[in-house]
Parts: sequence; C-alpha cells; structure tokens
Amino acid sequence: MSIRVYDIAHARAGDKGNTSNISVTAYNDEGWQVIHRELTSERVLAHFRHLGAGPVRRYELPQLRALNFVIENALGGGVTRSLAIDPHGKSLSALMLTISLPGHNEGTR
Amino acid sequence: MARDKIRIGCGAGFSDDRIPPGVEIVERGELDYLAMECLAERTIARETLDRAKDPSKGYTPMLLERMEAIMPPALRRGVKIVTNMGAANPMGAAVVLRQHAPDWGCPNYTCAVVRGDEVTDILRAHPELKLMEDGAPLESLLAKMASANAYLGADVVAQGFATGADLVITGRVADPALFLGPMLHAFGWSYDDYDKLGNGTLAGHLLECSGQLTGGCFADPGMKEVEDLAGLGYPLADVWADGRVEVSKTPGSGGRLDVATCTEQLLYEMHDPSGYITPDCVLDVSGVSFQQLAKDRVVLHGARGKPRTATYKVVVGYFDGYMGSGEMGFAGVNAVARAKLGIEVVKERLRRRGLTYDEMRIDLIGMNSLHANDTSMAPEPYEVRLRIAARTPDKKAAEAVGAEVRSLHMQGPTGAGGGINFGARQILAVKSVLIPREWVKPEIVMERAA
Repeated sequence: MSIRVYDIAHARAGDKGNTSNISVTAYNDEGWQVIHRELTSERVLAHFRHLGAGPVRRYELPQLRALNFVIENALGGGVTRSLAIDPHGKSLSALMLTISLPGHNEGTR
Repeated sequence: MARDKIRIGCGAGFSDDRIPPGVEIVERGELDYLAMECLAERTIARETLDRAKDPSKGYTPMLLERMEAIMPPALRRGVKIVTNMGAANPMGAAVVLRQHAPDWGCPNYTCAVVRGDEVTDILRAHPELKLMEDGAPLESLLAKMASANAYLGADVVAQGFATGADLVITGRVADPALFLGPMLHAFGWSYDDYDKLGNGTLAGHLLECSGQLTGGCFADPGMKEVEDLAGLGYPLADVWADGRVEVSKTPGSGGRLDVATCTEQLLYEMHDPSGYITPDCVLDVSGVSFQQLAKDRVVLHGARGKPRTATYKVVVGYFDGYMGSGEMGFAGVNAVARAKLGIEVVKERLRRRGLTYDEMRIDLIGMNSLHANDTSMAPEPYEVRLRIAARTPDKKAAEAVGAEVRSLHMQGPTGAGGGINFGARQILAVKSVLIPREWVKPEIVMERAA
C-alpha cells in the first residue's frame, strides 16, 4: 500500500530565477516520520525530471515537521522568460503532493 | 526617540495587490507603521522604460489609486507609511502624490524619498562583473540592458523616517527591509544587534506577501479550511525593542494565521534556511519555531542574524526577444484529437512560412499545461484548449504564432472555438550581479510642496 504526500502533508512553492523551492510540512508527527524517511531528494527529482529540473537539494526543519526542496532548472528558463502558462511554478506545490510514498500499515493522518 | 513596542502592518504584497484589505488594516489595525511592497523582480525594468518615454513617470502604475485609498485614513490616524512604489522614479512618485493629495483631504504631510538604488552607470563601467546565474560576464547583457537596481537595506528606510517624514518612498529596497526599517528607526537597533536584525528580518519576510501569511495560497477544501477567505485580512507584527515578534492580522477580518500558515510562508522563496541573504543580515531560520498564543496570534522563536555581506545584489533587467502565443478551445467527442491536429497544423503553417523559433512550448490546457505531465496517464476531458507559445528575437515571427492559432477558427479542425490570448510581447528578463557596497551611494531627499 502506498500513500500520497497529499494525505499527510501540505506544500507551498516559491520561485527565484529558474529555481523553484517547495516546502512540504507534515500535518502531524507520524506524517513527519514518513516524509522525513521517504520523501528523498532522489524521489523528488524523479517526479520533476520531465520538466528538465535538477539538481534537487533537501533541507530539514524537524521542529516545524517541514522539508524544503530547492529544485533547480524547474521553471522553463526563469520566471521572466519562461514560455510556461505558470512561469512562477505556483502550481508545482500540487505536483509535489501527488508523489506516492512506499507502503505503511499505520494510518498517518 | 526610543520606544518599547511598535506595530507594523502590511498594506500590499505585490504591485497589483487588492486595496480594500490595506484600507481595513489601516482603519482597524491600530498600526504605527504601514509597509507596502509592490515591486517584483522585473517590474522595475518596465517602469524604467516608462520613465524613458515620459520622465515624470516610472513609478508603480497603481500608485495613485492605492494611495488615494490608503493615505487619508493613515494620515488621519498617524500611521506612517513606507513603500517601494517609487519603482524607477521615487521622486516622481512623491511629486505626483503631492499634486493629488490635497484633493484627497491630505494637504499637509512630509515625504522623504530614497534615491540611489539605480546603478546602470556603475554597471556600464564594470563589464567584467560576473552574472550570478551562469558566471558569464555582465558585458554580454550591457547592450540589451533595460535597468539595474541594487537591493538597498533597512538603513535607508530608517534614515527616511529619521527626517520626521510621514511617508517614505523608495525604489528598489529588499522586501523585508521595508519592515525592518521602522524597527531600526523606532528602537535604534544597530548592525551588530544580530539576533534583533534576524527577528526583524524574519518578521518582514513573513509579512511582505500580505495575505500569504493569513490564509491566502493555503485553502484546500476538506483538508485545509480557511474561514472567510473572501474577507482575507492582511498581517501585522507587534515588535518589541528586545527583538520579540508576534504576528497577527486585522481584527475581525477573514482568513487564518497559525503555525501552519507561518510555516508555509517562512519557507516561501527560501533556499538554504541557514543562509537567507538580505542587505541587512544573513538570516538563519533553521531553528525557527512558532507558538500559537491565541486565535490568529503567533510568537516567533529562534531566528538568528549573521553579519551582512560586503556586497549589494543588483538585478539587471534586459531585453530577451519576443514571446508570441495563442489559445484555442475544443469540446465534445474527439476534442483532444482535434486539438492535437490543430497544433500540428499551426506548426506546419509556421514552418512553411520559413519562421523559426528558439523555443516553442505546446500545452493542452485541461490536461498538462501546469505540470507538463504525461497525458496518457489522464482520462480525456470533455473540453480542452490548445496553447502554443514561442520565443524568438523576431517580433513578426512572434506575432505569427497567435495569428496562426487564431485562424484555426476558420481553417483548422472542426469545432474550434473560444480562441484567446493572441499576440506578442517583448520579454524583459532579469539576471543578477553582486557589487561592493561602497559603490552605491543612497541618499535621502525631502520632497517639498511646490
């Protein structure tokens, strides 16, 4: 059984140049255990690679149950010159939340 | 004069931000200061071009509309205002406000203007500087440069208020510095009070995007509820002289402010949490935590400041060709196949005209336009829109994209309707360089009634 990040955490995307940063914050401690263990930068990169994105750096803020992902080259050449309909990548937080994480028996929300 | 505590509100978080919550926080927020952040990375390049056409222009286009609503209640209540709506022409903004303010019932006020963020001449003298994005020499952009402005710090805002001004108008100032400036002025903090600078900068970072701290960019029905999102209130910070910061929002307004909204906004546009570089300090939020004190009131803990860097960041706006685009809609049976045929027809017609593009992007709106995902994973929608966008140095080639999409109405697949967003625009892109602080000479100038 797999679990979506959406079910255990919330996210917000910000932009700087051609780099998107997406924070992922667990709703509770159980959710934090899951995202801390399973939501690796490799897994995030695999989910964003089709955008031409990478590399990905991950920062941990355990006291906030939050991860901060810095995803380079995710914004189509940069906010000001991107041809994308969402040049800021505001909607990429929702893409992060669609990632599925490997199975766990415990309900985490 | 030193004080124990001040209250700073946010009245706007981007150039076209909604005005009513700004008026509301002035009238009901019991503020000492109101900060309005209205300058995105490339906005100032556009304003610089406006100024080139008309030397009296170059300030934020919404300046008069916003200030007509904000200034009268603010001056009546003694709320001091700081804003970067001066954009490429802070003195021009001050002058045009003085022309209109008497009609708004504001005949008497003092206004300080911050100048000196514009550094185009300095950059022209230093083509050897390296661009932060790719390490290429600045020289490669100079011929196409439209603007260059240094992100000034809170010191110039504090100096503006030190003149006794009711209103401080700036051009490019780092967003959090608009909020830290009143703190430096009110409390006399110095640039080695690192943790106070850290707390004040964090407060500014949290507040600068207005409703994003108070339930904007947050609601998800069934998962994350926001009370009265339509009536979203703007945030404020109570700041004490010892660096304590509590954030809240306009009393009686909609939205929500709690640990979850603060956490999302803390990390908004932040890369390394231990090294968020501002002109005033290097902010370390890696140990920050939030504590809910009451409904819609949160205290900040754990921000640390480190010494400011020896450089200012400069954003260079430059011309980067043209972008053309167009959209067309299809619905009903076989809508997706007809949209895909439309795309191939447009591409082929552009090719037969001999037009080429540096980059072309194809979207099926309703299927993959936001996440560029593989559409074979998704069920076919009832309706879909094709969108074609392309970048080229040639304005006519850019215009041809929208024109060919538009003609699908009559010369494309059957049932093509609802075409929109045809046209071409010049691209103003941005890159950054660092320059030594001592190259920049900010100055405070009083605007005087003529």
